[in-house]
Amino acid sequence: MRSLIEMNSMLSAADLAAIVVTLKLATITTIILLLVGLPIAWWLANTRVRAKPLVEAIVALPLVLPPTVLGFYLLLAFAPDSPVGQLWQYLGGEQLAFSFSALVIGSVIYSLPFAVQPLQASFEQLPKSLLEAAATMGANGRDQFFSIILPLSRRGIIGAASLGFAHTVGEFGVILMIGGNIPGETQVLSIALYDRVETLQYSSAHWMAGGLIVFSLLLLGFIYRFNKTASLYPAGRVRS
Amino acid sequence: MPRLLPLLLLLLTIGSSLANADTATIATAANFKPTLQRLAAVFEQQTPHQLTLVGASTGTLFNQIRQGAPFDLLLAADSERPARLEQLGFAIAGSRFTYAEGRLALIGYPAGRDLNPASLRAELTTGRGKLAIANPNTAPYGLAARQALEALALWPLAQGRLVRANNIAQAFQYVDSGNASLGLVAYAQVIHSPRAHWLLPARQYQPIRQQAILLQFGHRNQAAIDFMHFLTSPPAKDIIRHHGYAVAD
Repeated sequence: MRSLIEMNSMLSAADLAAIVVTLKLATITTIILLLVGLPIAWWLANTRVRAKPLVEAIVALPLVLPPTVLGFYLLLAFAPDSPVGQLWQYLGGEQLAFSFSALVIGSVIYSLPFAVQPLQASFEQLPKSLLEAAATMGANGRDQFFSIILPLSRRGIIGAASLGFAHTVGEFGVILMIGGNIPGETQVLSIALYDRVETLQYSSAHWMAGGLIVFSLLLLGFIYRFNKTASLYPAGRVRS
Repeated sequence: MPRLLPLLLLLLTIGSSLANADTATIATAANFKPTLQRLAAVFEQQTPHQLTLVGASTGTLFNQIRQGAPFDLLLAADSERPARLEQLGFAIAGSRFTYAEGRLALIGYPAGRDLNPASLRAELTTGRGKLAIANPNTAPYGLAARQALEALALWPLAQGRLVRANNIAQAFQYVDSGNASLGLVAYAQVIHSPRAHWLLPARQYQPIRQQAILLQFGHRNQAAIDFMHFLTSPPAKDIIRHHGYAVAD
């Protein structure tokens, strides 16, 4: 009895594998989030098209939808005989569902607003006059981006990266639906924790759950300290 | 008058049992819920009692009961967790019994494909699709699936092709959506569907003994106690068999 409940006083090899998968997923997702999020946020911050609220709403959808909605549609989309699954295999990919790539795709969509919104907020606060002045002095778009936009948007970029990373680490519902719980491939920390609780390995569960709390606290503390203001978003802008 | 006494007693008994109509909350393993709904409907017709059904995985229910969930009766998917609840004092000692034995079936995608030991082996050797099973660590049907694959000497071959669903319902859904090409699921899930399946021989895995136990919370709940007795009655056993489980006579 006791041996079953108190089994694994520390983290096992499988637990460590879950931590590695989680960190790998969060890192890759964050990089893609920045690559995808920067142009979207820049466009949203500068566009005057009437469809802008619609695009903003689409980006923000994962904030309000239950993860099961995304998980459900992704599962249907990833099936080998669906158009998305066919395209993926045509492009040389293995089967999409239950693969690490599937988790990356799901995580990027799921965490997109957490990256786009801080970026958009900081882009909107860039003084346009500065860019115009730089342009009159002959700085091309690339110069402007690297010597003005990037340094001035530092906070937004770090906020977007940290939030995207943290939110991916905290993901559960989507992965439960599309992951297939494969150790070393798609078994992330939150899923491993769920397994441990179901199998009464409370000791192992405590290590994971406690570790996640400390990790998230440190990361959020870092973001707040970096921003120095009370908001996760630069200069008082509240995400709407 | 003396000859009327038994009749009077009978009327009194009926009257008192009507007055004692109880409501019981029954926690059931997800795989058994459709069957339980049918059983509950019959039971509620025959008695004044009312039943509320709660379905989740046996592991989840076990944890909830340990944290004081207000369930009167547990219909688990295994025998291990009811036994443990008994030892821990969360359930009434001696009330535990096997109400159904689960059976394992192989299903495939597309739904009409031919299924037998050879097609399972062929898929694992030359095919590329995934084989969905329930998580062997948490789900009794997952454990049975693993045992069956071991008995068929396919377990090593299946590594790298296995996807472990959260429960047997998700394993079914992985196949149904086409994401897995094969799946080992509960026979109860396919018995009334037009989907092709192969019923695995019972000798290939340890019996999936689904046990019921009266919980401490329900030890005075007449509805729960009556329903336990009802589960062992021939009409109830017929319903359980009809839904794809084996039941001892």
